[in-house]
Amino acid sequence: MASGAAALHGRERRGLDLWRRFRRHRSGMVGLSVTLLFVLMAVFGRLLAPYDPAQPDYLHVNAGISAAHWMGTDNFGRDILSRTLTGARYSLGIGVLATVFSSLIGSIWGLLAGYLGGWFDGLSGRVIDIMLAFPGLLLAIGIIAIAGPGFRNVILATTIFGIPIFARLVRGSALALKERAYIEASQALAAGSSRIMFLHVLPNILAPILVYVTLRIGTVILIAASLSFLGLGVQPPTPEWGAMLSEAQLYLAIDPLMAIVPGVAISIAVLGFNLLGDGLRDVLDPRIR
Amino acid sequence: MWRYLIRRLLELIPTLFGVSIAVFLFIHAIPGDPARLAAGQDATQAGVEDMRVRLGLDHSLPVQYLYFLRNAVHGDFGLSYRQQVPVLEVVREHFLPTLLLSLSAIVIAFVVGLLAGVLAATRRNSWTDLVVTTLSATGISVPSFFLGILLIYLFAVNLHWFPVSGSSSLRGLVLPSVSLALAPLATIARFVRSSFLEVAGEDFVRTATAKGLGYAAVTYKHALRNALIPVVTMTGLQFGFLLGGAVVIETVFNYTGLGWLLIQSIGFRDYPVLQVLLLLFALEFMLVNLLVDLTYGALDPRIRYG
Repeated sequence: MASGAAALHGRERRGLDLWRRFRRHRSGMVGLSVTLLFVLMAVFGRLLAPYDPAQPDYLHVNAGISAAHWMGTDNFGRDILSRTLTGARYSLGIGVLATVFSSLIGSIWGLLAGYLGGWFDGLSGRVIDIMLAFPGLLLAIGIIAIAGPGFRNVILATTIFGIPIFARLVRGSALALKERAYIEASQALAAGSSRIMFLHVLPNILAPILVYVTLRIGTVILIAASLSFLGLGVQPPTPEWGAMLSEAQLYLAIDPLMAIVPGVAISIAVLGFNLLGDGLRDVLDPRIR
Repeated sequence: MWRYLIRRLLELIPTLFGVSIAVFLFIHAIPGDPARLAAGQDATQAGVEDMRVRLGLDHSLPVQYLYFLRNAVHGDFGLSYRQQVPVLEVVREHFLPTLLLSLSAIVIAFVVGLLAGVLAATRRNSWTDLVVTTLSATGISVPSFFLGILLIYLFAVNLHWFPVSGSSSLRGLVLPSVSLALAPLATIARFVRSSFLEVAGEDFVRTATAKGLGYAAVTYKHALRNALIPVVTMTGLQFGFLLGGAVVIETVFNYTGLGWLLIQSIGFRDYPVLQVLLLLFALEFMLVNLLVDLTYGALDPRIRYG
């Protein structure tokens, strides 16, 4: 019991120490602030929005910036600021959910492959190769072509898109850890495979997984926005940022704000997650990349 | 070297096999009856059954896959549902524009990325460095299609310097290739900077300085040359990803390449064309990655192939 309390104390101190180091990482802190801002926007954006994001106003179509509409209105007279604020939940929701799902599935897959080895590892390596053979968006597009567009299928497609990357990362780390003395010691103490994998191997590779999760959220937001932009993701009139950009293209000559506002929102959100991820990487694990 | 090349090519085969199975199953995973899709909407039941036999869809899946492979080796991927001409003919038409677009984008990304990266590294912690690192962090975060839209607004709609739609002409190529180049450019600039700084700290650079070589000779002949090896690899990998990114940019600029065709085929449910495009993109990506590995060895004499 006493040793448990001491271990917790040690862990807390380590966490505090990491936080101190992270606080000195300037771009990492910028990333953290931006990310928090967007998370707040995703949660409270609908409440902060001055107008109903779906409410058309045909008397004020494509109106520019004014006191009533800070970011102007779109081709239906809907308030662009309200739509962008409301849209945060879609982009961030997809980014976070899909990345969490793919990191969970990928990590379990990678752990099993790395730790068990044998034919399972051989086969899973092939499957990973096949999944990674489709460059960038292509795997996600293929899945959407089968499953159809929509919010849920974008999450499905981006989750599958992310799985092989986590599987490969975790497999490599698990493989390297397997040979360590303390794992051998657990084996000698007759601990079961799953106990060793989840209690001993997994906690030791959480740092690189966390870094990857943060960096991947930005990538997934970009992929999901691209899918919606192509008409394969979240469909208009839902104020998803990529879908808004796709609508905006038709009105570019008369109302560039329709494109600029959601486009800037995507860019800053992705930048935030990227800076946060880079900062975490520098602090948690300077060895990766 | 040759033995290594052959071994690497052989290693591609199982993956290629897997990709072909995935792409073959693709058409069968689509909801709906492929025979009905191929026969067209207003076909009679007899016409649909006729099409089923013609496409060999009345056989079991493994047998169908073998037929698919045999036909694929002969370059026969069936007819486009939409145009009723061989799929390969449709695809061939759109291949060159995409090649042109991706090559010009990667050239821009490499040249500008290299310059920016070296500039930032040689003036470390200066304003130039700050601007380059900030811009490159932004560059990987801005969606390429958003940049494309901004460029269209600025240079096509307002200034009329370039056409709104992209085309294979020089003027029509500028905006799409710049949009496509942004993300790899930013990645390459970041990478050049860190790679250069790493090399600059190594012993042989210090030796070169110690033996009295001037700053320029040390920087450009010794440090840069060695820093370039991983950069070439990185550029190759970026080229592979760029092939996927072309899908979005071609749609923004209405540029009739393979990516544009891909999105069109989804819209028209032209699955045979889609199938070949997925296969082609995967094949290109795998070959680019192999080429990158081989170049890596050619540039760095320390790497020996066994």
